[in-house]
Amino acid sequence: MSEMAAEQITADGRRIGPVVMEMKNITLRFGGVVAIQDISFDIREGEIRAIIGPNGAGKSSMLNVISGFYVPSEGEVWYKGARRPAMKPYMVARQGIARTFQNIALFEGMSVLDNVMTGRLTRMNSSMWSQALWKGRAEAEEVANREIAEKVIDFLEIQHIRKTPVARLPYGLKKRVELARALAAEPTILLLDEPMAGMNVEEKEDMSRFILDVNDEFGTTIALIEHDMGVVMDLSDRVVVMDYGKKIGDGTPDEVRNNQAVIDAYLGVAHD
Amino acid sequence: MPDQVLFAMEVTLNGLMAGVLYSLVALGFVLIFKASGIFNYAQGVMALFAAATLVGIMDGQVPFSHLINAIFGTDLHHFGWHVPALLAIVLTVGVMIVLAWLVQKLVMRHLVNQEPIILFMATIGLAYFLEGLSDLMWGSSIKTLDVGLPQGINDTIDRVTFDAFGYGFFIDNLDIVAAIIAALLVIALMAFNQYTKEGRALRAVADDHQAALSVGISLNFIWVLVWSLAGFVALVAGMMWGAKSGVQFSLSLIALKALPVLMLGGFTSIPGAIVGGLIIGVGEKLFEFLIGPMVGGATENWFAYVLALLFLVFRPQGLFGEKIIERV
Ligand SMILES: Nc1ncnc2c1ncn2[C@@H]1O[C@H](COP(=O)(O)OP(=O)(O)O)[C@@H](O)[C@H]1O
Ligand SMILES: [Mg+2]
Repeated sequence: MSEMAAEQITADGRRIGPVVMEMKNITLRFGGVVAIQDISFDIREGEIRAIIGPNGAGKSSMLNVISGFYVPSEGEVWYKGARRPAMKPYMVARQGIARTFQNIALFEGMSVLDNVMTGRLTRMNSSMWSQALWKGRAEAEEVANREIAEKVIDFLEIQHIRKTPVARLPYGLKKRVELARALAAEPTILLLDEPMAGMNVEEKEDMSRFILDVNDEFGTTIALIEHDMGVVMDLSDRVVVMDYGKKIGDGTPDEVRNNQAVIDAYLGVAHD
Repeated sequence: MPDQVLFAMEVTLNGLMAGVLYSLVALGFVLIFKASGIFNYAQGVMALFAAATLVGIMDGQVPFSHLINAIFGTDLHHFGWHVPALLAIVLTVGVMIVLAWLVQKLVMRHLVNQEPIILFMATIGLAYFLEGLSDLMWGSSIKTLDVGLPQGINDTIDRVTFDAFGYGFFIDNLDIVAAIIAALLVIALMAFNQYTKEGRALRAVADDHQAALSVGISLNFIWVLVWSLAGFVALVAGMMWGAKSGVQFSLSLIALKALPVLMLGGFTSIPGAIVGGLIIGVGEKLFEFLIGPMVGGATENWFAYVLALLFLVFRPQGLFGEKIIERV
C-alpha cells in the first residue's frame, strides 16, 4: 500500500494526496462485545473515503475512535505522520478533525448562526483576559470568524434560516446545519456519520452535492459512513467495508462492488 | 398620601434590596446547574467560606493557625499586617478559583455521567466539608466584615421622600450599594455569556456535551470556569450579607432561601433568578407588613416556601420556563 504514488489523480480529475491518517490494527471491545476487530486502513489527503457495512458492523465505533470519543483497546492511530497518543475528543477536534453524529448533536437552544459559530471556537485564539482588556482585537476576531461562518452558511444554502433556533428545524435541515458547523472549523479531515440517513431522495441528492462540492472547492478530506450503496459508489474514491467488526473489503468502489465477501455480507449470507 | 401606603412603599423598597441578595445566591446556583446539571447545595456555604476568607486575609490572620499551633506547639495567630480591601478581594477571588479547580479535579471529575441525585449528594458532602474547612482555616467565631462600604440611612432619599410625602423613607446605603453591585455583576455575566468565546462555549456545554466536545470545547475547563464564576458570585453575596449581619454560620442558610427563588425563576434562567429573588424579597417583606400582624408575625420564615409551593402547583416551569407539555 505504501508503494502507492504520493499523489494520484482520480478518474474525474481530482487530486489525492499522501496518507494523512492511518489506523493500525485497531481493536475495540465493550465488555464481551468486540465492536472492531484488528482493522487497519488509511485515509489520504483530499479523498472521499467511505466506510460501509450492515447495521452494527462497527462503523460508528470506528468514526468514534478516529474522533477520540472512543479509545481503542488495541492498535494505533497515526495522524500527519506521527502516532497520536490517547486524547480527549476536544483535543482531537483542535487538531483539525471535525465531525457530525449519526443522531445529530446540535445546540438546540441556539440559532443556526450561533451553532455554526461554535464551529469556529477552535480557531479563536485570544484568551479570556485579552478579550476583556483589548475589546477591539476580540471584536476584530469575532468579525473575521463571523465572515467565515456566513460563507459556510451561504455555501450550504441555509441563509434563510440563519437566525432560526435549531430546535424548530426539520430533520433534513438539522443535518445540514450540523455539516455547516463542522465545516466552519475548516477541518483537515471531516468525519460524517450517515449524513443522509433518514432523508428523502431530494434531500439526499442535495447532501451528496454538498459533500462533493466541499471536497472539490476546499479540498477537504472526508471520511463518511453511509448505508446506501448507490450513494457511496457515486461519492467516494475508496471504500472500506466492515461486517461484524471485521474489515472484509477495501478499495475503489468498483473493486469493492465485485468483492465476493462484500456481496455476501450485503445479501445476508450466513456467517461461520 | 395615607401613612399605610407610604409605609408599604418603604417596605417594598427594602424588600427589593433584600431580594437582590437572594438573587445573587440563586444566580450562583443557576450558573452551575445550567452548565453541568449539578444542583450545588454548597452554594450558601461557598458564600460563607468566601466571606470568612476575605475577613481572614484582610486581618492578616494565619490560616489553619489552630492546626499549626497544635502540631508544632507554636503560637501563631496573625501575620501582623493588614491587607487593603481591594487587594484582599482579588486574593479571595484567587482562592475561590483554586477551590473551583480542586472541586472539579478531586470530586466532580470522577462523577461525570452519574445520576443527578449522586451529584447532589456530593455537593451536600462538599457543603459540610467547606464549612469545616472554613472553621479550620479562619476559626468559627463571628467576624465583622468591613470592606469600606457605606452603611446607615441614606440621607438623600430620606430628605427627598420627606419633602415629597412628609415621611422620610429609611433605606440603608449598604442595600443601595448591594443593589448596584449586583446589577453590574449581572450585566457583566450576561455580557460574558453573550460576547466572549468562553461564554459561547459555556452555552454550548449547557446545551449538549457531546456536540461541545466535537467542536473542541474542554468540558473540564468549562466546569472549572462555572465553579469559579459561582465562587465569585458567592463572594459578592457573602460580602454584602457579611457586611450587613456579620460573617457567621447563618450566612450559609441564605442558600435555603435561594431554593424558593429558583422554583419561581426556573433553575436555568439567569433573568429568572434575578426576578425571582426580587419577588421573594418584596413578597416576604410586604406580606409581613400587611398580613403579619394578623397572624402573629414571623411570616418571613415561611412565606417564600409557601409561595414556591403555589408556583410548583400552578406553574411548575417557573416564571420564564416554557410550558411543560407531557409527551404521550
Ligand atoms: N458505547 C457503547 N457501549 C457498548 N457497546 C457499544 C457502544 N457503541 C457501540 N457498541 C456496540 O458495538 C457494535 C457496533 O456498533 P456501531 O459502531 O454503532 O455499528 P454501526 O455504526 O456500524 O451500525 C454494536 O454491537 C454496538 O452495540
Ligand atoms: Mg452507526
